[in-house]
Amino acid sequence: MKRVIKDAVIVGGGPAGLAAAICLKENGINDIIIIEREHHLGGILRQCIHDGFGLIRFGVSLSGPEYAQHFIDKIQELNVEVMYDTTVLDITSDKIITAVNRFGIVSIQAKAVLLTMGCRERTHGALNIPGFRPAGIYTAGVAQSYVNLYNVMVGKKVIILGSGDIGLIMARRLTLEGANVISVIEILPYPSGLPRNIEQCLNDYNIPLLLSHTITRIHGENRIEGVTVTRVDENRQPIPNTDIFYTCDTLIQSVGLIPENELTLQANISLDISTKGALVDNYLQTNQKGIFAAGNVLHVHDLVDYVSLEAEEMAKAVTQYLIEGSLSESDIPIMHGENVSYVVPQFATKDKDLRVSFRVSRPKSDCRLVVHQGNHEIMSLGFHHIIPAKMKQVLIPARQINTKESIVVSVI
Amino acid sequence: MSVKEYVCIVCPNGCLLKAELLEGELVNLQGAMCSRGVDYVKNEILTPLRTVSTSIKVVGGDLPLVSVRLDSPIPKEDVMRFINETRKIQLHAPIKIGEKVIINLWGTGVNVIATKNIKEKSA
Repeated sequence: MKRVIKDAVIVGGGPAGLAAAICLKENGINDIIIIEREHHLGGILRQCIHDGFGLIRFGVSLSGPEYAQHFIDKIQELNVEVMYDTTVLDITSDKIITAVNRFGIVSIQAKAVLLTMGCRERTHGALNIPGFRPAGIYTAGVAQSYVNLYNVMVGKKVIILGSGDIGLIMARRLTLEGANVISVIEILPYPSGLPRNIEQCLNDYNIPLLLSHTITRIHGENRIEGVTVTRVDENRQPIPNTDIFYTCDTLIQSVGLIPENELTLQANISLDISTKGALVDNYLQTNQKGIFAAGNVLHVHDLVDYVSLEAEEMAKAVTQYLIEGSLSESDIPIMHGENVSYVVPQFATKDKDLRVSFRVSRPKSDCRLVVHQGNHEIMSLGFHHIIPAKMKQVLIPARQINTKESIVVSVI
Repeated sequence: MSVKEYVCIVCPNGCLLKAELLEGELVNLQGAMCSRGVDYVKNEILTPLRTVSTSIKVVGGDLPLVSVRLDSPIPKEDVMRFINETRKIQLHAPIKIGEKVIINLWGTGVNVIATKNIKEKSA
């Protein structure tokens, strides 16, 4: 089998892959290819027909397909090579990529690999709800593709489990398409999605949001006929005698996204147990030299604008790697401290400004982000109100990082 | 004087706004990170406005639907009326992104634009 050599291979043509490819080309890295498993570029944006994309990047509120088209046009203008309908089967730690399409097997030796595979939805099976497995149960993204791409309506009386943004968006979408969305059920005492989506997707249509509740039984054998909804205590355990029965013909689950990292693991890249994405340094390089990751495959973002920015930051580091042959050692660990559920990157070099992305573990008001290195406070930032639904970023200038001690990010 | 809370939907910051109202008029607003919050609350008091995205059926396209959105907001109370309007029509492929598929909706000056390219279905 003939093996092709490429400077950079981009795995996945969603928002992260598109932004990275454009940035590489613009920095003079021409020998690149995007491998895309679908027939189109744009990834999940194709089915996200609601608006609200691009407010940070373009200053206007675009729909998902419009946001993607900005990048796709540029990809075409710059003549970036794209291999469609091609699934990557394997990536090795020495950067050999094996992919398959209807013409056969493709083998590429890459000098750098950019992991931009995005994320997928947590499924029903992950939830362990007692009952049969009848028809009429969908993840929010699957329901979204049926309704927005294939013109197939999923049901008439809908319960939504989980208040993630896609679930909220689908509550509105299904209402507009004529369904009766009975309620959104959230196990946590606060919503998982952004406040503006609670307002414009639920409140605008009088759809109730039941916090601190979960589904404890699914009724129906062939088609779902209803669910038992139960109140939970502060440990998320169902409280006896608080059952409510709801009749429904459809259950939509919006219970979280998981970075899609099977290929990452095949390349012997270590993952972070909090983000479920690769462990990276501030070049967004993984523990395998020359393999980089950005976007939702690295950590789940709430806004695509930040995915594009992160992918561009990765592409700049890849350019430097390809030109210089290696990047400086990153041996300063970054840890999440009090009230912070994760940090990206997890390692830093002191040769480069450090942009830390993080989420808080619970909503907090009038608080302060503090970054410590040893006993030294190297950064502090006040927040009026901060919630887990929003990924936040802080930029620490390289000159602030003077030792090799661990950096700890906390919100107090 | 009455105090009412709003969540601004203009951008992802989703500012929690505290509005002080006197005889239905906004006299003071707290919590807005930018000036768009003030306009948002003024509209919410008088006529709440929303942009709407949906899809319209396509004949002869590589996809059965084209995604569309309003190019400026309409009163919230007209949202369902607009959705019903989009159900009545069918479009023919090809359709170009940005193309106005309904011009001057109800004489309001608001247009409905395609947000996706739809190619003709190859035979």
